[in-house]
Amino acid sequence: MTRDAKALYRELIVDHAQRPRNARALPEPTHEAKAENPLCGDSVIIQLLVNSDRVASATFQARGCMICRASASVLTELVVDRTRTEALAMADLLGLLVDPSAPEPSDAGVLEPLRGVRDFPARKACATLPWEALRRALARPG
Amino acid sequence: MGARDLAEGAVDISAVRAEFPAFVRLVNGKPLVYLDSASTTQKPRAVIDAMRRAFEATANIHRGVHALSVEATDAFEAVRGKVARKIGAQDPSEIVFVRGTTEAINLVAQSYGRARVGPGDRVLVTELEHHSNLVPWQMLCRERGARLEVLPIDDRGEVRLERLDALLAPAPAIVALSHVSNSLGTVLPIATIVQRAKAAGAAVLVDGAQAAPHVPVDVSAIGCDFYALSSHKLYGPPGVGVLWGRRALLEQMPPWQGGGDMVASVRLEGSTYREVPHKFEAGTPNIVGVIGFGAALDWLEARGPERIFAHERELLDYATRALESVPGLRFIGTARDKVAVVSFAVGELHPHDLGTALDLEGIAVRAGHHCAQPVMDHFGVPATVRASFGAYSDRSDIDALASALKSAVALLSGGRP
Repeated sequence: MTRDAKALYRELIVDHAQRPRNARALPEPTHEAKAENPLCGDSVIIQLLVNSDRVASATFQARGCMICRASASVLTELVVDRTRTEALAMADLLGLLVDPSAPEPSDAGVLEPLRGVRDFPARKACATLPWEALRRALARPG
Repeated sequence: MGARDLAEGAVDISAVRAEFPAFVRLVNGKPLVYLDSASTTQKPRAVIDAMRRAFEATANIHRGVHALSVEATDAFEAVRGKVARKIGAQDPSEIVFVRGTTEAINLVAQSYGRARVGPGDRVLVTELEHHSNLVPWQMLCRERGARLEVLPIDDRGEVRLERLDALLAPAPAIVALSHVSNSLGTVLPIATIVQRAKAAGAAVLVDGAQAAPHVPVDVSAIGCDFYALSSHKLYGPPGVGVLWGRRALLEQMPPWQGGGDMVASVRLEGSTYREVPHKFEAGTPNIVGVIGFGAALDWLEARGPERIFAHERELLDYATRALESVPGLRFIGTARDKVAVVSFAVGELHPHDLGTALDLEGIAVRAGHHCAQPVMDHFGVPATVRASFGAYSDRSDIDALASALKSAVALLSGGRP
Protein backbone atom coordinates (compact mmCIF):
# COMPACT_ATOMS: atom_id res chain seq x y z
CA MET A 1 0.00 0.00 0.00
CA THR A 2 1.59 3.24 -1.05
CA ARG A 3 0.87 6.41 0.81
CA ASP A 4 -0.48 8.14 -2.21
CA ALA A 5 -3.07 10.82 -1.68
CA LYS A 6 -4.92 9.63 -4.74
CA ALA A 7 -5.12 6.08 -3.43
CA LEU A 8 -6.54 7.27 -0.12
CA TYR A 9 -8.93 9.93 -1.28
CA ARG A 10 -9.77 8.00 -4.30
CA GLU A 11 -12.93 8.13 -6.21
CA LEU A 12 -15.10 6.32 -3.70
CA ILE A 13 -14.18 8.28 -0.59
CA VAL A 14 -14.43 11.63 -2.34
CA ASP A 15 -17.63 10.34 -3.91
CA HIS A 16 -19.15 9.40 -0.54
CA ALA A 17 -18.10 12.67 1.00
CA GLN A 18 -19.52 14.72 -1.88
CA ARG A 19 -22.55 12.58 -2.64
CA PRO A 20 -23.33 11.05 0.70
CA ARG A 21 -25.87 8.29 0.98
CA ASN A 22 -28.57 8.51 3.66
CA ALA A 23 -27.46 11.90 5.00
CA ARG A 24 -30.66 12.87 6.77
CA ALA A 25 -32.60 12.51 9.98
CA LEU A 26 -34.90 9.53 10.51
CA PRO A 27 -38.39 10.55 11.65
CA GLU A 28 -38.80 7.77 14.22
CA PRO A 29 -35.61 5.86 14.79
CA THR A 30 -35.60 2.88 17.08
CA HIS A 31 -31.90 3.37 17.86
CA GLU A 32 -29.70 6.43 17.74
CA ALA A 33 -26.51 7.75 19.20
CA LYS A 34 -24.02 10.53 18.75
CA ALA A 35 -20.25 10.31 18.82
CA GLU A 36 -17.87 13.25 18.87
CA ASN A 37 -14.18 13.77 18.68
CA PRO A 38 -13.59 17.02 20.54
CA LEU A 39 -9.95 17.06 19.43
CA CYS A 40 -10.87 17.70 15.80
CA GLY A 41 -14.49 18.75 15.83
CA ASP A 42 -15.84 15.64 14.10
CA SER A 43 -19.38 14.87 15.19
CA VAL A 44 -21.73 12.17 13.87
CA ILE A 45 -25.22 10.95 14.69
CA ILE A 46 -26.25 7.48 13.54
CA GLN A 47 -29.95 6.67 13.48
CA LEU A 48 -31.44 3.24 12.80
CA LEU A 49 -34.86 1.77 12.25
CA VAL A 50 -34.67 -1.83 13.43
CA ASN A 51 -37.51 -4.28 12.82
CA SER A 52 -37.35 -7.82 14.14
CA ASP A 53 -33.63 -7.52 14.78
CA ARG A 54 -32.90 -6.37 11.21
CA VAL A 55 -31.85 -2.87 10.25
CA ALA A 56 -34.54 -1.55 7.93
CA SER A 57 -33.04 1.95 7.56
CA ALA A 58 -29.89 3.70 8.61
CA THR A 59 -29.06 7.38 8.31
CA PHE A 60 -26.36 9.73 9.46
CA GLN A 61 -25.74 13.40 10.14
CA ALA A 62 -22.10 14.35 10.33
CA ARG A 63 -19.91 17.36 10.65
CA GLY A 64 -16.21 17.10 10.10
CA CYS A 65 -13.55 15.73 7.84
CA MET A 66 -14.06 13.74 4.65
CA ILE A 67 -12.96 10.46 6.14
CA CYS A 68 -15.51 10.71 8.94
CA ARG A 69 -18.33 11.65 6.58
CA ALA A 70 -17.39 9.04 3.98
CA SER A 71 -17.13 6.36 6.65
CA ALA A 72 -20.58 7.29 7.96
CA SER A 73 -22.05 7.19 4.46
CA VAL A 74 -20.50 3.78 3.78
CA LEU A 75 -21.77 2.56 7.14
CA THR A 76 -25.39 3.42 6.39
CA GLU A 77 -25.26 1.39 3.17
CA LEU A 78 -23.59 -1.58 4.80
CA VAL A 79 -25.77 -2.13 7.86
CA VAL A 80 -29.10 -2.20 6.01
CA ASP A 81 -30.69 -5.68 6.12
CA ARG A 82 -28.15 -6.84 8.68
CA THR A 83 -28.95 -8.13 12.12
CA ARG A 84 -27.62 -6.22 15.08
CA THR A 85 -24.99 -8.90 15.60
CA GLU A 86 -23.86 -8.64 11.97
CA ALA A 87 -23.70 -4.86 12.16
CA LEU A 88 -21.56 -5.01 15.28
CA ALA A 89 -19.28 -7.57 13.60
CA MET A 90 -18.77 -5.08 10.79
CA ALA A 91 -17.74 -2.47 13.34
CA ASP A 92 -15.19 -4.94 14.72
CA LEU A 93 -13.86 -5.63 11.22
CA LEU A 94 -13.48 -1.92 10.58
CA GLY A 95 -11.55 -1.63 13.84
CA LEU A 96 -9.10 -4.33 12.66
CA LEU A 97 -8.85 -2.76 9.25
CA VAL A 98 -7.76 0.64 10.47
CA ASP A 99 -5.56 -0.53 13.34
CA PRO A 100 -1.96 -0.71 12.10
CA SER A 101 -0.94 -2.94 15.01
CA ALA A 102 -3.58 -5.57 14.13
CA PRO A 103 -3.01 -8.07 11.29
CA GLU A 104 -4.49 -6.66 8.12
CA PRO A 105 -7.66 -8.48 7.06
CA SER A 106 -7.11 -9.85 3.56
CA ASP A 107 -10.68 -9.34 2.46
CA ALA A 108 -12.59 -6.36 3.77
CA GLY A 109 -15.53 -6.79 1.44
CA VAL A 110 -17.51 -3.61 1.17
CA LEU A 111 -15.21 -1.93 3.71
CA GLU A 112 -12.48 -1.87 1.02
CA PRO A 113 -12.86 1.88 0.36
CA LEU A 114 -11.64 2.52 3.89
CA ARG A 115 -8.58 0.26 3.67
CA GLY A 116 -6.37 3.22 2.77
CA VAL A 117 -6.89 4.77 6.17
CA ARG A 118 -4.81 1.93 7.59
CA ASP A 119 -1.74 3.75 6.42
CA PHE A 120 -2.78 6.87 8.28
CA PRO A 121 -2.97 5.97 11.93
CA ALA A 122 -3.33 9.66 12.73
CA ARG A 123 -6.74 9.57 10.99
CA LYS A 124 -7.99 6.35 12.56
CA ALA A 125 -10.34 8.19 14.92
CA CYS A 126 -12.03 9.91 11.98
CA ALA A 127 -12.86 6.61 10.26
CA THR A 128 -14.03 4.81 13.36
CA LEU A 129 -16.15 7.61 14.83
CA PRO A 130 -19.39 6.72 12.97
CA TRP A 131 -18.93 3.07 13.93
CA GLU A 132 -18.53 4.11 17.56
CA ALA A 133 -21.87 5.88 17.24
CA LEU A 134 -23.31 2.67 15.74
CA ARG A 135 -22.08 0.64 18.71
CA ARG A 136 -23.62 3.07 21.14
CA ALA A 137 -26.88 3.11 19.21
CA LEU A 138 -27.11 -0.69 19.22
CA ALA A 139 -26.16 -0.93 22.88
CA ARG A 140 -29.39 0.71 23.92
CA PRO A 141 -32.42 -1.46 24.43
CA GLY A 142 -34.95 -0.92 21.67
CA MET B 1 15.43 26.38 -3.52
CA GLY B 2 13.90 29.80 -3.23
CA ALA B 3 15.81 33.02 -3.47
CA ARG B 4 18.15 33.71 -0.61
CA ASP B 5 18.96 37.21 0.39
CA LEU B 6 22.67 37.37 1.07
CA ALA B 7 22.82 41.08 1.66
CA GLU B 8 24.99 42.03 4.58
CA GLY B 9 23.30 41.36 7.89
CA ALA B 10 20.72 39.02 6.39
CA VAL B 11 20.36 35.38 7.28
CA ASP B 12 22.22 32.85 5.11
CA ILE B 13 19.49 30.25 5.18
CA SER B 14 21.43 27.41 3.65
CA ALA B 15 24.09 27.80 6.35
CA VAL B 16 21.40 27.82 9.03
CA ARG B 17 19.63 24.76 7.66
CA ALA B 18 22.92 22.87 7.44
CA GLU B 19 23.12 23.08 11.22
CA PHE B 20 19.86 21.17 11.67
CA PRO B 21 20.12 17.38 11.24
CA ALA B 22 16.35 17.17 10.75
CA PHE B 23 16.54 18.52 7.22
CA VAL B 24 18.31 15.53 5.77
CA ARG B 25 15.17 13.53 6.48
CA LEU B 26 12.77 12.41 3.84
CA VAL B 27 9.09 12.22 4.74
CA ASN B 28 6.97 10.04 2.47
CA GLY B 29 9.88 10.09 0.05
CA LYS B 30 9.95 13.87 -0.06
CA PRO B 31 12.34 16.35 1.61
CA LEU B 32 11.01 17.52 4.94
CA VAL B 33 9.28 20.86 4.77
CA TYR B 34 8.82 21.69 8.42
CA LEU B 35 6.17 24.32 9.00
CA ASP B 36 5.22 23.47 12.56
CA SER B 37 7.80 25.43 14.56
CA ALA B 38 5.07 27.00 16.68
CA SER B 39 4.40 23.53 18.00
CA THR B 40 8.05 22.73 18.56
CA THR B 41 11.29 23.70 16.90
CA GLN B 42 13.93 21.52 15.29
CA LYS B 43 17.23 21.52 17.17
CA PRO B 44 20.64 22.62 15.89
CA ARG B 45 23.56 20.25 16.20
CA ALA B 46 25.12 22.55 18.80
CA VAL B 47 22.25 21.79 21.16
CA ILE B 48 22.33 18.06 20.46
CA ASP B 49 26.12 17.96 20.97
CA ALA B 50 25.95 19.94 24.22
CA MET B 51 23.41 17.50 25.59
CA ARG B 52 25.36 14.48 24.44
CA ARG B 53 28.50 15.82 26.12
CA ALA B 54 26.53 16.48 29.30
CA PHE B 55 25.27 12.88 29.24
CA GLU B 56 28.71 11.45 28.62
CA ALA B 57 29.91 12.46 32.06
CA THR B 58 27.06 13.41 34.27
CA ALA B 59 26.60 14.43 37.87
CA ASN B 60 23.94 15.90 40.06
CA ILE B 61 23.98 19.60 40.81
CA HIS B 62 24.25 21.59 44.03
CA ARG B 63 25.15 18.61 46.13
CA GLY B 64 28.64 17.38 45.54
CA VAL B 65 32.16 18.51 46.21
CA HIS B 66 33.62 16.45 43.39
CA ALA B 67 34.70 17.88 40.06
CA LEU B 68 31.85 16.57 37.90
CA SER B 69 29.27 17.92 40.29
CA VAL B 70 30.92 21.33 40.34
CA GLU B 71 31.05 21.31 36.53
CA ALA B 72 27.40 20.37 36.26
CA THR B 73 26.37 22.99 38.79
CA ASP B 74 28.35 25.71 37.05
CA ALA B 75 26.94 24.75 33.65
CA PHE B 76 23.41 24.67 35.02
CA GLU B 77 23.66 27.98 36.89
CA ALA B 78 25.29 29.66 33.90
CA VAL B 79 22.10 29.05 31.95
CA ARG B 80 20.11 30.86 34.59
CA GLY B 81 22.19 33.94 33.88
CA LYS B 82 21.80 33.52 30.10
CA VAL B 83 18.03 33.35 30.40
CA ALA B 84 17.95 36.42 32.62
CA ARG B 85 19.95 38.40 30.07
CA LYS B 86 17.80 37.16 27.22
CA ILE B 87 14.60 38.46 28.78
CA GLY B 88 15.92 41.66 30.35
CA ALA B 89 15.77 40.46 33.92
CA GLN B 90 18.22 42.10 36.29
CA ASP B 91 18.69 39.24 38.70
CA PRO B 92 19.28 35.59 37.78
CA SER B 93 17.71 34.56 41.07
CA GLU B 94 14.39 35.59 39.56
CA ILE B 95 14.69 32.74 37.04
CA VAL B 96 12.98 29.51 38.13
CA PHE B 97 13.55 26.43 36.00
CA VAL B 98 10.41 24.39 35.44
CA ARG B 99 9.25 21.82 32.90
CA GLY B 100 7.73 24.32 30.50
CA THR B 101 5.40 27.28 30.19
CA THR B 102 2.46 25.17 31.32
CA GLU B 103 4.19 24.25 34.54
CA ALA B 104 5.30 27.85 35.11
CA ILE B 105 1.73 29.09 34.88
CA ASN B 106 0.44 26.32 37.13
CA LEU B 107 3.13 27.21 39.66
CA VAL B 108 1.94 30.82 39.78
CA ALA B 109 -1.74 29.87 39.83
CA GLN B 110 -1.17 27.53 42.75
CA SER B 111 1.52 29.22 44.78
CA TYR B 112 0.67 32.87 44.15
CA GLY B 113 -2.95 32.49 43.09
CA ARG B 114 -4.15 30.51 46.08
CA ALA B 115 -2.84 33.14 48.46
CA ARG B 116 -3.98 36.10 46.38
CA VAL B 117 -7.39 35.06 45.09
CA GLY B 118 -10.44 34.59 47.30
CA PRO B 119 -14.24 34.41 47.05
CA GLY B 120 -15.61 37.19 44.90
CA ASP B 121 -12.26 38.03 43.33
CA ARG B 122 -11.76 38.08 39.58
CA VAL B 123 -9.08 36.76 37.26
CA LEU B 124 -8.86 38.27 33.77
CA VAL B 125 -7.55 36.40 30.73
CA THR B 126 -7.99 37.03 26.99
CA GLU B 127 -9.97 35.07 24.44
CA LEU B 128 -6.68 34.25 22.71
CA GLU B 129 -5.17 32.16 25.42
CA HIS B 130 -3.59 28.78 24.90
CA HIS B 131 -5.27 26.25 27.17
CA SER B 132 -2.21 26.35 29.41
CA ASN B 133 -2.95 29.98 30.25
CA LEU B 134 -6.65 29.39 30.66
CA VAL B 135 -7.27 26.08 32.41
CA PRO B 136 -5.04 26.77 35.46
CA TRP B 137 -7.03 29.96 36.07
CA GLN B 138 -10.34 28.16 35.60
CA MET B 139 -9.19 25.64 38.18
CA LEU B 140 -8.04 28.37 40.55
CA CYS B 141 -11.31 30.30 40.25
CA ARG B 142 -13.39 27.21 40.86
CA GLU B 143 -11.26 26.29 43.86
CA ARG B 144 -11.28 29.80 45.36
CA GLY B 145 -14.82 30.88 44.51
CA ALA B 146 -13.56 33.55 42.11
CA ARG B 147 -14.82 34.57 38.69
CA LEU B 148 -12.91 34.26 35.43
CA GLU B 149 -13.42 37.09 32.97
CA VAL B 150 -12.29 37.37 29.39
CA LEU B 151 -10.99 40.25 27.29
CA PRO B 152 -12.48 39.43 23.89
CA ILE B 153 -10.91 39.60 20.44
CA ASP B 154 -12.27 41.03 17.21
CA ASP B 155 -12.53 39.28 13.87
CA ARG B 156 -8.98 40.23 12.99
CA GLY B 157 -7.75 38.36 16.05
CA GLU B 158 -6.76 41.50 17.92
CA VAL B 159 -7.81 42.04 21.52
CA ARG B 160 -10.54 44.59 21.99
CA LEU B 161 -8.57 47.13 23.95
CA GLU B 162 -11.59 49.38 24.31
CA ARG B 163 -13.10 46.78 26.67
CA LEU B 164 -10.06 46.68 28.92
CA ASP B 165 -10.71 49.58 31.28
CA ALA B 166 -14.18 48.31 32.15
CA LEU B 167 -12.71 44.89 32.92
CA LEU B 168 -10.10 46.51 35.17
CA ALA B 169 -12.63 48.35 37.33
CA PRO B 170 -12.55 47.03 39.96
CA ALA B 171 -9.13 45.50 39.49
CA PRO B 172 -8.90 41.76 39.03
CA ALA B 173 -6.57 40.03 41.42
CA ILE B 174 -4.62 38.58 38.50
CA VAL B 175 -4.42 39.38 34.81
CA ALA B 176 -2.96 36.56 32.71
CA LEU B 177 -2.34 37.10 29.02
CA SER B 178 -0.28 35.91 26.10
CA HIS B 179 2.44 38.02 24.58
CA VAL B 180 1.87 36.33 21.21
CA SER B 181 -1.04 34.11 20.16
CA ASN B 182 0.08 30.63 19.11
CA SER B 183 -3.04 29.98 17.07
CA LEU B 184 -3.27 33.26 15.15
CA GLY B 185 0.18 34.81 15.48
CA THR B 186 -1.22 38.06 16.91
CA VAL B 187 1.26 40.14 18.88
CA LEU B 188 -0.67 41.61 21.78
CA PRO B 189 -0.09 45.19 22.95
CA ILE B 190 1.17 43.90 26.24
CA ALA B 191 3.08 46.96 27.40
CA THR B 192 -0.19 48.91 27.23
CA ILE B 193 -2.30 46.21 28.83
CA VAL B 194 0.24 45.48 31.56
CA GLN B 195 0.67 49.16 32.38
CA ARG B 196 -3.08 49.63 32.79
CA ALA B 197 -3.50 46.41 34.74
CA LYS B 198 -0.69 47.32 37.11
CA ALA B 199 -2.06 50.82 37.55
CA ALA B 200 -5.40 49.29 38.51
CA GLY B 201 -3.68 47.11 41.11
CA ALA B 202 -3.69 43.70 39.46
CA ALA B 203 -0.82 41.22 39.44
CA VAL B 204 0.12 40.32 35.87
CA LEU B 205 1.43 37.11 34.33
CA VAL B 206 2.51 37.00 30.70
CA ASP B 207 2.63 33.74 28.71
CA GLY B 208 5.65 34.23 26.49
CA ALA B 209 5.93 30.75 24.99
CA GLN B 210 5.22 31.91 21.46
CA ALA B 211 6.78 35.36 21.86
CA ALA B 212 10.33 34.50 22.91
CA PRO B 213 11.22 32.87 19.55
CA HIS B 214 9.87 35.74 17.47
CA VAL B 215 10.05 39.11 19.24
CA PRO B 216 12.37 40.79 21.73
CA VAL B 217 11.41 40.19 25.34
CA ASP B 218 12.25 42.68 28.08
CA VAL B 219 10.39 41.97 31.28
CA SER B 220 11.56 45.25 32.83
CA ALA B 221 10.07 47.21 29.93
CA ILE B 222 6.90 45.12 29.86
CA GLY B 223 6.38 45.71 33.57
CA CYS B 224 4.72 42.39 34.35
CA ASP B 225 5.10 40.39 37.55
CA PHE B 226 5.61 36.97 35.97
CA TYR B 227 6.76 35.82 32.54
CA ALA B 228 6.76 32.21 31.33
CA LEU B 229 8.52 30.61 28.38
CA SER B 230 9.57 27.20 27.02
CA SER B 231 12.93 25.89 25.82
CA HIS B 232 11.48 23.68 23.11
CA LYS B 233 9.94 26.62 21.27
CA LEU B 234 13.39 28.26 21.26
CA TYR B 235 15.46 25.54 19.54
CA GLY B 236 16.17 23.86 22.88
CA PRO B 237 14.99 20.52 24.24
CA PRO B 238 11.53 19.89 25.65
CA GLY B 239 11.12 19.38 29.38
CA VAL B 240 12.65 22.74 30.29
CA GLY B 241 10.91 26.04 30.80
CA VAL B 242 11.32 29.22 32.74
CA LEU B 243 9.24 31.20 35.15
CA TRP B 244 10.57 34.70 35.67
CA GLY B 245 9.03 36.42 38.68
CA ARG B 246 9.71 39.63 40.57
CA ARG B 247 11.96 38.72 43.44
CA ALA B 248 9.75 40.31 46.07
CA LEU B 249 6.78 38.25 44.91
CA LEU B 250 8.71 35.00 44.66
CA GLU B 251 10.01 35.56 48.18
CA GLN B 252 6.49 36.00 49.56
CA MET B 253 5.05 33.02 47.72
CA PRO B 254 4.78 29.71 49.53
CA PRO B 255 6.81 26.87 48.07
CA TRP B 256 5.11 24.83 45.40
CA GLN B 257 6.63 21.38 45.42
CA GLY B 258 8.43 20.15 48.51
CA GLY B 259 11.46 17.95 48.60
CA GLY B 260 15.20 17.92 48.28
CA ASP B 261 17.10 20.95 47.03
CA MET B 262 14.42 23.45 48.02
CA VAL B 263 15.02 23.06 51.76
CA ALA B 264 17.63 24.70 53.95
CA SER B 265 17.37 22.46 57.01
CA VAL B 266 15.11 19.50 57.58
CA ARG B 267 14.08 17.99 60.88
CA LEU B 268 11.34 15.50 61.46
CA GLU B 269 9.30 18.25 63.09
CA GLY B 270 9.61 20.63 60.18
CA SER B 271 11.81 22.25 57.59
CA THR B 272 12.99 25.65 56.49
CA TYR B 273 13.13 26.62 52.87
CA ARG B 274 15.93 27.88 50.71
CA GLU B 275 16.04 31.25 49.09
CA VAL B 276 14.55 32.10 45.73
CA PRO B 277 14.77 30.56 43.13
CA HIS B 278 15.82 27.30 44.77
CA LYS B 279 12.70 27.37 46.92
CA PHE B 280 10.77 26.51 43.75
CA GLU B 281 13.15 23.89 42.36
CA ALA B 282 12.51 20.73 44.32
CA GLY B 283 14.25 17.54 43.30
CA THR B 284 16.77 16.88 40.58
CA PRO B 285 15.98 19.09 37.62
CA ASN B 286 16.32 18.30 33.94
CA ILE B 287 20.04 19.08 34.12
CA VAL B 288 20.93 17.94 30.63
CA GLY B 289 17.86 19.72 29.30
CA VAL B 290 18.85 23.00 30.93
CA ILE B 291 22.35 22.67 29.50
CA GLY B 292 20.81 22.02 26.09
CA PHE B 293 18.64 25.11 26.54
CA GLY B 294 21.75 27.12 27.31
CA ALA B 295 23.32 25.87 24.09
CA ALA B 296 20.18 26.94 22.22
CA LEU B 297 20.40 30.43 23.71
CA ASP B 298 24.07 30.60 22.69
CA TRP B 299 23.13 29.48 19.19
CA LEU B 300 20.48 32.19 18.93
CA GLU B 301 22.85 34.90 20.17
CA ALA B 302 25.47 33.84 17.65
CA ARG B 303 22.97 33.88 14.79
CA GLY B 304 21.57 37.22 15.91
CA PRO B 305 17.97 37.31 17.16
CA GLU B 306 17.17 40.54 15.35
CA ARG B 307 18.30 39.06 12.03
CA ILE B 308 16.13 36.00 12.63
CA PHE B 309 13.14 38.16 13.53
CA ALA B 310 13.62 40.23 10.37
CA HIS B 311 13.96 37.07 8.28
CA GLU B 312 10.71 35.71 9.72
CA ARG B 313 8.87 38.97 9.05
CA GLU B 314 9.97 38.77 5.45
CA LEU B 315 8.76 35.17 5.25
CA LEU B 316 5.40 36.14 6.70
CA ASP B 317 4.92 38.71 3.94
CA TYR B 318 6.00 36.22 1.31
CA ALA B 319 3.71 33.52 2.69
CA THR B 320 0.73 35.83 2.86
CA ARG B 321 1.17 36.75 -0.80
CA ALA B 322 1.82 33.15 -1.89
CA LEU B 323 -1.19 31.73 -0.07
CA GLU B 324 -3.53 34.36 -1.46
CA SER B 325 -3.22 32.51 -4.76
CA VAL B 326 -4.70 29.29 -3.35
CA PRO B 327 -8.34 29.10 -4.47
CA GLY B 328 -10.78 29.39 -1.59
CA LEU B 329 -8.14 30.11 1.03
CA ARG B 330 -9.07 32.49 3.80
CA PHE B 331 -6.73 33.63 6.53
CA ILE B 332 -7.86 33.28 10.10
CA GLY B 333 -6.14 35.90 12.20
CA THR B 334 -5.24 39.02 10.28
CA ALA B 335 -3.89 41.21 13.06
CA ARG B 336 -1.81 44.16 11.94
CA ASP B 337 1.03 43.03 14.19
CA LYS B 338 1.78 39.32 13.75
CA VAL B 339 4.63 36.89 14.03
CA ALA B 340 5.41 34.25 11.41
CA VAL B 341 2.35 32.10 12.05
CA VAL B 342 -0.35 31.73 9.42
CA SER B 343 -3.66 30.07 10.22
CA PHE B 344 -6.07 29.47 7.42
CA ALA B 345 -9.00 27.51 6.07
CA VAL B 346 -9.59 26.47 2.47
CA GLY B 347 -13.20 26.43 1.30
CA GLU B 348 -15.17 23.82 3.17
CA LEU B 349 -12.26 21.41 3.35
CA HIS B 350 -11.51 20.05 6.78
CA PRO B 351 -8.08 20.97 8.12
CA HIS B 352 -7.26 17.33 8.85
CA ASP B 353 -7.87 16.37 5.23
CA LEU B 354 -5.58 19.20 4.12
CA GLY B 355 -3.01 18.28 6.73
CA THR B 356 -2.94 14.67 5.54
CA ALA B 357 -2.65 15.72 1.90
CA LEU B 358 0.27 18.02 2.78
CA ASP B 359 1.90 15.30 4.87
CA LEU B 360 2.01 13.10 1.78
CA GLU B 361 4.17 15.79 0.18
CA GLY B 362 6.55 15.85 3.16
CA ILE B 363 5.02 19.07 4.49
CA ALA B 364 4.44 19.30 8.23
CA VAL B 365 1.78 21.76 9.30
CA ARG B 366 -0.54 21.66 12.27
CA ALA B 367 -4.21 20.93 11.67
CA GLY B 368 -6.33 21.25 14.75
CA HIS B 369 -7.45 23.63 17.43
CA HIS B 370 -3.89 24.47 18.55
CA CYS B 371 -4.89 24.19 22.21
CA ALA B 372 -6.97 27.30 21.72
CA GLN B 373 -10.53 26.07 21.39
CA PRO B 374 -12.02 29.45 22.39
CA VAL B 375 -10.22 31.01 19.42
CA MET B 376 -11.67 28.37 17.12
CA ASP B 377 -15.11 28.99 18.60
CA HIS B 378 -14.74 32.71 17.97
CA PHE B 379 -14.16 32.09 14.27
CA GLY B 380 -16.79 29.36 14.07
CA VAL B 381 -14.40 26.62 12.98
CA PRO B 382 -13.44 23.36 14.66
CA ALA B 383 -9.85 23.73 13.57
CA THR B 384 -7.51 25.55 11.23
CA VAL B 385 -4.43 24.65 9.26
CA ARG B 386 -1.47 26.48 10.78
CA ALA B 387 1.87 26.97 9.05
CA SER B 388 4.52 28.44 11.31
CA PHE B 389 8.07 29.45 10.53
CA GLY B 390 11.38 29.41 12.34
CA ALA B 391 14.97 30.46 11.90
CA TYR B 392 15.53 27.68 9.35
CA SER B 393 12.41 28.33 7.25
CA ASP B 394 12.82 29.74 3.78
CA ARG B 395 10.88 30.73 0.70
CA SER B 396 11.17 27.27 -0.85
CA ASP B 397 9.16 25.93 2.10
CA ILE B 398 6.42 28.42 1.33
CA ASP B 399 6.53 27.66 -2.39
CA ALA B 400 6.15 23.95 -1.60
CA LEU B 401 3.22 24.68 0.72
CA ALA B 402 1.37 26.84 -1.81
CA SER B 403 1.89 24.32 -4.59
CA ALA B 404 0.83 21.35 -2.47
CA LEU B 405 -2.23 23.23 -1.23
CA LYS B 406 -3.37 23.90 -4.78
CA SER B 407 -2.97 20.22 -5.65
CA ALA B 408 -4.76 19.17 -2.48
CA VAL B 409 -7.68 21.48 -3.21
CA ALA B 410 -8.03 19.99 -6.67
CA LEU B 411 -7.76 16.43 -5.36
CA LEU B 412 -10.07 16.79 -2.37
CA SER B 413 -12.68 18.62 -4.35
CA GLY B 414 -12.86 15.65 -6.69
CA GLY B 415 -12.57 17.92 -9.64
CA ARG B 416 -15.64 19.88 -8.65
CA PRO B 417 -15.57 23.68 -8.35
